[in-house]
Amino acid sequence: MSERSKPTVSVAAGKGGTGKTLFATSLAVALSEIHPGQVQLIDCDVEEPNADILLHPQITQHTPVNVLVPQVDLDICTRCGLCAKHCQFSAIAVIRDAVITFPDLCAACGVCAYVCPVGAITEVNRQVGSVAHGSTVRGIEFVQGRLSVGDQRATPVTRATGSCNDDSMITILDAPPGTACPMQETIEFSDYCILVTEPTPFGLANLEDSVETCRRMGIPCGVVINRDQAGRPGVEDYCTREGIDVLLHIPEDREIAEAYARGETLADAFPQWHDELVRVYEDVIRSLSQTATAKVEE
Amino acid sequence: MNGVVKQLTVISGKGGTGKTTVLASFAALAEDKVMADCDVDAANLHLVLTPTVVESGDFYGAQIAVRDAKLCQQSGECERYCRFDAITTTDIDELACEGCGMCVVACPNGALRLETVSCGQWYLSETDYGPMAHARLSPAAESSGRLVTMVRQKAEDTAAERGLALVLIDGAPGIGCTAAAALADVDMALVVTEPTLSGIHDMERVVELSGHFGVPVTVLINKADLNAENTRRIRDYCVENQFELLGELPYDESVTEAMAHQVPLVEYRDGPVTEGIRQAWSRLSQMLSA
Ligand code: SF4
Ligand code: SF4
Ligand code: SF4
Repeated sequence: MSERSKPTVSVAAGKGGTGKTLFATSLAVALSEIHPGQVQLIDCDVEEPNADILLHPQITQHTPVNVLVPQVDLDICTRCGLCAKHCQFSAIAVIRDAVITFPDLCAACGVCAYVCPVGAITEVNRQVGSVAHGSTVRGIEFVQGRLSVGDQRATPVTRATGSCNDDSMITILDAPPGTACPMQETIEFSDYCILVTEPTPFGLANLEDSVETCRRMGIPCGVVINRDQAGRPGVEDYCTREGIDVLLHIPEDREIAEAYARGETLADAFPQWHDELVRVYEDVIRSLSQTATAKVEE
Repeated sequence: MNGVVKQLTVISGKGGTGKTTVLASFAALAEDKVMADCDVDAANLHLVLTPTVVESGDFYGAQIAVRDAKLCQQSGECERYCRFDAITTTDIDELACEGCGMCVVACPNGALRLETVSCGQWYLSETDYGPMAHARLSPAAESSGRLVTMVRQKAEDTAAERGLALVLIDGAPGIGCTAAAALADVDMALVVTEPTLSGIHDMERVVELSGHFGVPVTVLINKADLNAENTRRIRDYCVENQFELLGELPYDESVTEAMAHQVPLVEYRDGPVTEGIRQAWSRLSQMLSA
């Protein structure tokens, strides 16, 4: 984080359905009131993008996300089979008279075109998803990636979406669930990662994986416990043991669940949450500046 | 697809709709079955079914580039041709490397090669409810459709060996490679959804994916009383698409309690949710044996 640029905070969860998007959008709404025109929300959960359902943005532009896939000119091709031999993803096959490509499996690496001795392969664009740009009535700048159904390679779409991060704004990234590549590629863009979890054995197991991932990547993290209930100390105890900040507790509450079902954020449906959400952000900033100072002192 | 052994995948698109709760209950209700936890990124079924591992192994699913420093002449061809910004003349970024082999063919000095790396573990286990195949992806690994396929294969082999009639698959969320691998060629998909706008949106996307594979779809609504209008929308959606609606389960906080006690809900407490799951299962088993 350079001095001029504003921090990027990612919101992640070890599994889906813990309230990650609800928290990310609520945080964006609360912050947009005290920092009008300076908040950006980027939905990087490209397999199941949902932030629009809670923020109701006006979308003004769609940018396609393309990858390069091979196209074989059969008139030039000698059926030598080198392309198929070198492709690590079985995405191109030479069968007697034909060369067949499997765009679903293709990693768009370009190896086949590189090794083809006669230049029979050209690479052509194939759309695998899109990035939507727009803004909400509260002036939140909104960016959302979407993987096309039937396409399985989320990475190019996640990258294209995450790279819309505007340094001059406070950016909230809604990360894909889990701890695998798409999640890591998203939180890599951030200065701090907020992990949303539930106080259940599922929630705890997935939280441990998320914390391990953040630590390995050197990204500071804190925890939001959603659907919190008395008598479920597992997650809280874990955080105390590991020295991880618990930033917020959101109680198990049917009214919150109903508001979410209607497509409303916490900040919209329950104004009393507003200050708490802003406080979470301030805690994150404080923790970041302490880490920065500690680094300078080292 | 195997003619004798039937395969059912429980999916949701969106996480947190109760997919694993439903599947764990089916595991307790169904007979002659093997479970396959294909949600390899956030495997949770083992937390309910508490399996004892009897067999396990490394899963070698991915390759990465490895450099022989003695042969490297710093030509920089690898960096020029790699499409994934994964390699420089001094470093290889293991997270970014796709294992495509471009650097290997581009290196004029033969200094690079691809090596297979272990990116997780598979397990074959016994539970109180029957055998179960599951896996754990290594933290840095790419979420892998191939690991899902492997878990399914282990389950299918077990079913064949022991003459079991059914593979119960806990599907992966999303619509990417893991979700697709858990759905391909199964006999039926059960979509567990909830009447939230995101739940509906994600259900539609995962239904489209099932259509992609020609897999018949049935639907179960969880927390159905949370929002009457959205529940109506899901009902209409099922009618329009001719999907059988298997039931509507009410919002019930004791569901997480069962989870906290690590037992399948149907064995933990009787109530409207349990009853709904029982009915859904009896209808599903009819449909599967038809
Ligand atoms: S490498 Fe080129 S010439 Fe050889 S089979 Fe492939 S496309 Fe044809
Ligand atoms: S671009 Fe790469 S993955 Fe795609 S067909 Fe060619 S060699 Fe295979
Ligand atoms: S194998 Fe492919 S992705 Fe990996 S470093 Fe080489 S060129 Fe880059």
